[in-house]
Amino acid sequence: MSQVNELYQEVILDHNRRPRNFRAIDAPTATQEGYNPLCGDRLTLYVTLDGDVIKDVAFQGSGCAISKASASLMTEALKGKTVEQARELFDKFQAMITSDHAGPTADLGKLSVLAGVREFPARIKCASLAWHTMKAAVAHPSTALRAGDTAAPVSTE
Amino acid sequence: MATATVKAEGNVKAEGKRQKAETPSGFDVMKVRADFPILSERVHGKPLVYLDSANTSQKPTSVLQAMDDYYRHANANIHRATHLLSERATALYEGGRAKAARFLNAPDPRTIVLTKGTTDGINLVAQSYGRSTLKPGDEILLSWLEHHSNIVPWQLVAGQTGAAITVVPINDLGEIDQDQYAKLLSPRTKIVAIGHVSNALGTINPIKEMIAQARTHGAVVLIDGAQAAPHLPIDVQALDCDFYVLSSHKMFGPTGTGVLYGRKKLLEAMPPYQGGGDMISSVTFEKTLYNQVPYKFEAGTPNIAGVVGLGAAVDYLSTIDRAAALVHEDAVLGYATEQVRAIPGARIIGEARHKTGVLSFMLEGVHPHDAGTILDQQGVAVRTGQHCAQPVMDRYCIPATIRASLGIYNTREDIDALVRGLHKVREVFA
Repeated sequence: MSQVNELYQEVILDHNRRPRNFRAIDAPTATQEGYNPLCGDRLTLYVTLDGDVIKDVAFQGSGCAISKASASLMTEALKGKTVEQARELFDKFQAMITSDHAGPTADLGKLSVLAGVREFPARIKCASLAWHTMKAAVAHPSTALRAGDTAAPVSTE
Repeated sequence: MATATVKAEGNVKAEGKRQKAETPSGFDVMKVRADFPILSERVHGKPLVYLDSANTSQKPTSVLQAMDDYYRHANANIHRATHLLSERATALYEGGRAKAARFLNAPDPRTIVLTKGTTDGINLVAQSYGRSTLKPGDEILLSWLEHHSNIVPWQLVAGQTGAAITVVPINDLGEIDQDQYAKLLSPRTKIVAIGHVSNALGTINPIKEMIAQARTHGAVVLIDGAQAAPHLPIDVQALDCDFYVLSSHKMFGPTGTGVLYGRKKLLEAMPPYQGGGDMISSVTFEKTLYNQVPYKFEAGTPNIAGVVGLGAAVDYLSTIDRAAALVHEDAVLGYATEQVRAIPGARIIGEARHKTGVLSFMLEGVHPHDAGTILDQQGVAVRTGQHCAQPVMDRYCIPATIRASLGIYNTREDIDALVRGLHKVREVFA
C-alpha cells in the first residue's frame, strides 16, 4: 500500500477536506470551466488580474481528492505570480506529474506533494485539470468564458 | 481497520452456510474459474479480483484456442477465393453466424448481421432503418437508463430527419416508470430503443411486456442486449422484438465483434449502411446491385477471427448449466449487496426488484475515482465513473459511482476482497 500512501499524502487529504480558495469571485477578469468527461470532475476557475499579476484566484466544483487538492494547491501557488510565471509553473508541474523518472521538484514547493501521481497514469488528468483550466483562463482573459456561458469547457479528453 | 476486517470475516462465516444452500449443485464455480486463465493473474503483487465484467468479460481458454487455431490453420479471406483456406475461413465465419442465431433463438441465420459490437449495431439500425423511415413529427422513445450508445445514435438520426426524442423516466429504485411508458407511447412513436439490462444499475427491464405494448402502437422496437447476453437466456422470437443487438466481448468472446438480429422483412427493406466489398452482387459505374441480407450490411473484410471467437463463446456457454449459473450469480450479487450495505457510509444506487450482475454504490466522503485507485492497489478491479450513462448519474444527482459487476466466475471470496478493500479506502479517507 506504500504507493497509495505516497499518492494520498496528508497534505492532499487536507486540501481535499478543506479546499483553499473554494469560492466564487465577483466580477473576475476571467472565468473558465474545466471538465474531465472520463470521471465527471468539473470545476469553474475564477481569476482576477491586476495588469499582468494574478491578484486573486479561486475555484468551485466537484471532483475526486486528487483534482480538488490539485486545484486548491494551485490557487495558493498562483497568487501574486505574473501570467508568465504561472505558465512556467504549469510546464514544471506538468513535467513533474508525467515524467517517468523523479526529476527535481524542489522549486515546486508544496506542489511537489502531487509528484506521486506519476505512478498512477489513470489519475494524471485529475491532477492536471485545474492547471489546464488556468492556462486557458489566462490565455485570453478578455475572451475567456464568463459564468453562465454555454461554450465548451476545457476538456481533458 | 483490524476490527472492521474481523467483523467482515465474521459475516462471511455466517453467510457461508447460506451460500451453499443457494449455489445449485449443477454449477461448480471453481471449475468455471479454471477455464479463465487470466483469473490466476496477479496485479500489484495481489491475486486479481475481477469485478468489472459489465465493462468487458474475461475469456475462457476455448475462445482463445479457437481464435489461435483459426489464424494457424484457416486464415484467409471469406466468400472470395476458391482455395481450401478460404473455404475453411468461410465455414468458420458462417458457423459463427449460425451459433449466434442459435444463441438468440433467431428463426434463420440470415437474420443475423455480424457487426463490430452493440454500438455498431445500434448505429446501423439508426442510420439505415431510422434515417430511411423517420419524418418530422415522428418520435423515438428511449428510457432514462440508457447507455450513451443507445442515446447518441438516435440523437444523430433525429437531427438528420427532424424526428423528436422522448424519454421515459425511472423511479428511485432505478426501474423504468411503466405508467409513463404507457402514456408516452402513441401513434407518433416510430422507434422504441431500450436496454434489456442497465449497465449502470443492473436493472432488468420487463422488455417482453414493453415490446408488446410498443407493437400495438405500430412502433419498431430495438433491444440493447449488451448487458443481458452474459447473464440471461434470450429468445428473440418469444420476445417478438424487431432488432436485438449485443457485443461478443461482454459474453466471454473477443472485442470488436457483435450481433444484430433483425426481423427479416425489415432487414430486406432497409438500405445499406456502408458501401464496400462483400455487400454487393454487381458493381458498374452506372448501377450497383446490393447483396442479399445479411451480407448487404457487412461491407469490407469482417473481423473473421472475432466471429470465430464469438462462436466459441456461444459453444462455451452451451456447456454450462446457465440456469444454475444465474442462480449462483444472483446469490453472489445478493451477498455483495448485503455486505456493501453494511459498510458505514455506503449508499447503493439502483435497487430495482429485478437486477442482475451489477452493484453500483457510493461511499460517503470518498469520490469513486479515489476508491477505484485504492481498490486497484489491492488487486480489486472495479469501474468508477459515470459508466457511459450520464443521465442516470444526473437522475440521482451524483457525479459517479463505484460499480462492481459480476461474471459467471465470481465468488463470495471476491466480494470479501472488495469489502476489505473498501475498509482500506475508508481508512485512508478517515
